[in-house]
Amino acid sequence: MRMLLDITDLTKSYEGPEGRIEVLRGIDLSLGAGQTLALTGESGSGKSTLLHLVGGLDQADGGRIVIDGTDITDLDDAGRAALRRDTVSIVFQQFNLIPSLDVAANIAFQARLAGRHEPDRNHALAAALGLTDQLGKYPEDLSGGQQQRVAIARTLAAQPRLVLADEPTGNLDEATAAKVLDQMLALVAETGAALMMATHSPGLAARLDARVNLSLGQLA
Amino acid sequence: MSRATLGALWSFWRRNPLQLFTLVAGLALATALWSGVQALNAEARASYDAAASVLGEGRFDQIVPRAGDTIAQGSYLALRRAGWQVGPVIEGPLDAGDTQLRIVGIDPLTAPAGLGPVTQADDTVLQDFVAEGVLFAHPGVAEALEAALAQRVVADPGLPPDTAITDIGIAQRVLDRPGELSRLIVAEQQPMARPPLDEIASDLVLQPSQQTADIAQLTDSFHLNLTAFGLLSFAVGIFIVHGAIGLAFEQRRGIIRTLRTLGLPLRQLIALMVLELLILSLVAGGIGVLLGYLLAATLLPDVAATLEGLYGARISGSLSLNPAWWLSGLAIALLGTALAATGALWRIARMPVLASGKARAWAVASGRLRGLQGAAVAALLLASGLLTVLGDGLIAGFAGLACLLIGAALALPVILDALLTLAQRRARGVRSEWFWADTRQQLPGLRLALMALLLAMAANVGVSTMVSSFRLTFIGFLDQRLTAELYVGVESEDEAPRLQEFAEPRTDAILPLLSVDTRLADQPTQLFGARVGPSYADNWSFIASDGPVWERVDGGEAVIINEQLARRADLWPGDSLPITPDVTLPIAGVAGDYGNPKGQAVIGEALFRDLYPAERATRFGLRTDDPSALRDALVDEFGIDPGQITDQAALKRFSLDVFERTFTVTGALNILTLAVAGFAMLMSLLTLAGMRVPQLAPAWALGVTRAELGRLELLRAVILAGLTLLVALPLGLALAWMLLAVINVEAFGWRLPMYLFPLDYARLGAFALLAAMLAALWPARRLARTPAAHLLKVFANAN
Repeated sequence: MRMLLDITDLTKSYEGPEGRIEVLRGIDLSLGAGQTLALTGESGSGKSTLLHLVGGLDQADGGRIVIDGTDITDLDDAGRAALRRDTVSIVFQQFNLIPSLDVAANIAFQARLAGRHEPDRNHALAAALGLTDQLGKYPEDLSGGQQQRVAIARTLAAQPRLVLADEPTGNLDEATAAKVLDQMLALVAETGAALMMATHSPGLAARLDARVNLSLGQLA
Repeated sequence: MSRATLGALWSFWRRNPLQLFTLVAGLALATALWSGVQALNAEARASYDAAASVLGEGRFDQIVPRAGDTIAQGSYLALRRAGWQVGPVIEGPLDAGDTQLRIVGIDPLTAPAGLGPVTQADDTVLQDFVAEGVLFAHPGVAEALEAALAQRVVADPGLPPDTAITDIGIAQRVLDRPGELSRLIVAEQQPMARPPLDEIASDLVLQPSQQTADIAQLTDSFHLNLTAFGLLSFAVGIFIVHGAIGLAFEQRRGIIRTLRTLGLPLRQLIALMVLELLILSLVAGGIGVLLGYLLAATLLPDVAATLEGLYGARISGSLSLNPAWWLSGLAIALLGTALAATGALWRIARMPVLASGKARAWAVASGRLRGLQGAAVAALLLASGLLTVLGDGLIAGFAGLACLLIGAALALPVILDALLTLAQRRARGVRSEWFWADTRQQLPGLRLALMALLLAMAANVGVSTMVSSFRLTFIGFLDQRLTAELYVGVESEDEAPRLQEFAEPRTDAILPLLSVDTRLADQPTQLFGARVGPSYADNWSFIASDGPVWERVDGGEAVIINEQLARRADLWPGDSLPITPDVTLPIAGVAGDYGNPKGQAVIGEALFRDLYPAERATRFGLRTDDPSALRDALVDEFGIDPGQITDQAALKRFSLDVFERTFTVTGALNILTLAVAGFAMLMSLLTLAGMRVPQLAPAWALGVTRAELGRLELLRAVILAGLTLLVALPLGLALAWMLLAVINVEAFGWRLPMYLFPLDYARLGAFALLAAMLAALWPARRLARTPAAHLLKVFANAN
């Protein structure tokens, strides 16, 4: 299988109040196209940092991250922005919707940035996620679960090759979380994208193709 | 991509129309006040330029009579025959129905190039001038002139206001002054071997160009004062814009982070935000220029009256729309936006993509920033002190003033924070402790509005102190100077002795008003000859004197000069002043003179008559206990035209009227500045009200009612305005001192004593508190009526 994501000897540290903290210490990881991977570990184990580095939101201290044949560790700000626009998309725990745009505009937004705006597809995604009645509303009028579904719709509308999800159901109750995850997995599978999801929940992790555990910045 | 991003950025304003309104209104008001003042200045300057280019005022040397206002045509012809390249001019007033205008006659064949009608300047002009008897008139008076005269009148917008220009022969006929001339314009190129002026016409004198009516120079200080006020108003407006942009950018941190995580490059994001601001500033600038035009059109009649009253400068009473002016209005709007937005854009450019999307406690100054601010305050106040003490000239005075005001504005948040911390420490009870702590928390969000309020209140205290001090001094000065009960003029010098003979038995004293325009200590000066008596000795007071001033002046042993001449030439009692090449007198006294910007000197009547035997008084001050009886006698028995008599009360009324109109403009700008500051306060409170809900929800949950929260919001605004007033008062007094002791001396040449007006300050304080309360009323009411569900939402979305 051709690897979509190849991570080699990835390291990252931060300056903390009590000295330097090594968050990631030599991570090696691969993910094939269409595969799903759960990233588990305790709080502070480096899950979010790893997702941020793969998503081009932050820069590694060492090692390589190759996405679809491109080494992103050498990209400048504009190159990493293009990566996020065209190849990778991220679902955040805090949804990160644009509060001044309505649901329909939020769903279409990233696809428009990427130049892949397909109104029919957006409507289909909204329908699949149960958002058809909410399209004219603003994020502040929605529940947490609804907001996360809008964020997922926005991500999938842009048709990324790799979806990164950072605790996407962390703010939702158990029943809603299960429902949202079902919808996300189904739609990711339908689009053929790969998914890497950070989660605390062993139950959710078990539903993905593979699972790796991060502990003290290393894969256990 | 750009369209989608611009749509997302714009959606913020669509969802927050109040903030959009604050930004546009703040920028529009700032631009309006600035461009309004610039329009006034530009209009006045255009009038001076028209006078200079069309009538040669200030541009060419001129030959004028030593005494009186008439040159015989024979003297002109003699000069031409002797080789002098001079062009004759006659000018005089003409009543055309209800319109008063000035007729200027020139000889187009001998006038230096460039003089004459401007916009009609083509080949037909000369022919029209000489052969057709056409008058070219400013459009404001053309119609009235056409109705009054048989000649054809052509409107020419290039002419100075209230002026018509024509061939000299026509002008002499229209003015009924055949064979008379007013002055001769001297061409720049003259033959080398021409005889001196004295040999040909000893009754004429050559005035170098800079000595003639250099109105633009005289009025520069007035325009600089207006510009300074415009700048102050603009600064207050820019505080609002800065606040609105800063807050909007802070609130959009979340959007900006999301846009970047979704793949928008930072450079493109910044470019689009700049484009967004550019569009907003052009719209607001356009509105501002329009408002500025309306403001200028409203104030122009007062400015015109002031300039004519103070300097005799005529400016047009109607405003013309000059492209350079409205383009500069738009440019200042762009500049103001750039000033206000640079910091916010810089922060966004440096914001890491993973920075918190939540608005930070808005503009909370970090310890480092507070340190920098403190250093800036110290540097500005030091610079202000140094510029005041060591600086020279009006620009240095204004720069010192600007440093003082900006330094004080930057110091305000630090002072308020210290006062609120003190109040918090001394608070008794949990509610009042929470109230003071919460008020401190509001300080960063309100600091720009409070700075604007501080500047506006300080300007109000400063300017009202200056104007009121000026008024008191000026009234005292008029009482001193206008000692005679009646002032009478006669038509010719021959009539003067008959008038004196008639008045002698009917008056206590006759004071001839003798004067010549000359140059003393290289300064243009009006030299007076005074008939010394109790009228002068009892009334005049001196800033500095040496010995029995009037006795020495009466004996022809000394001279009195006014403060303007003393300061410009650095002459003080004890110094010597050459009056003529043969006569030099010591200075006995320096008198305060608040009536004009020119230098004046006074010598005894006998000495004056020795030095200027040709000068005859045609105006006299008459001292009497019964002015109305004397007036009746002069009219009925002597047969003088009642229009030739001016009584003291009327003169005082006229002078005070000029004075009041002088300050109408600054008063209006003052009120507008205060209104803009009140608006800034209202908009800040309204904008912050939305952000207050999460801060107040815990207090509500713990048992403070919504009504009580609303009342406390109101109280908070009043307390902050009150504390700002406490800082504004000393700042305003410092401003007044600088205006009176520094700016006024540089601008007009005199220093005014400073008086305090506690009642005025109390009234201003009450207004400021009322304005703050009114500004807080709406936001507080909204808060008091916040539905419980909104407050509960805070806890529901605590993450």
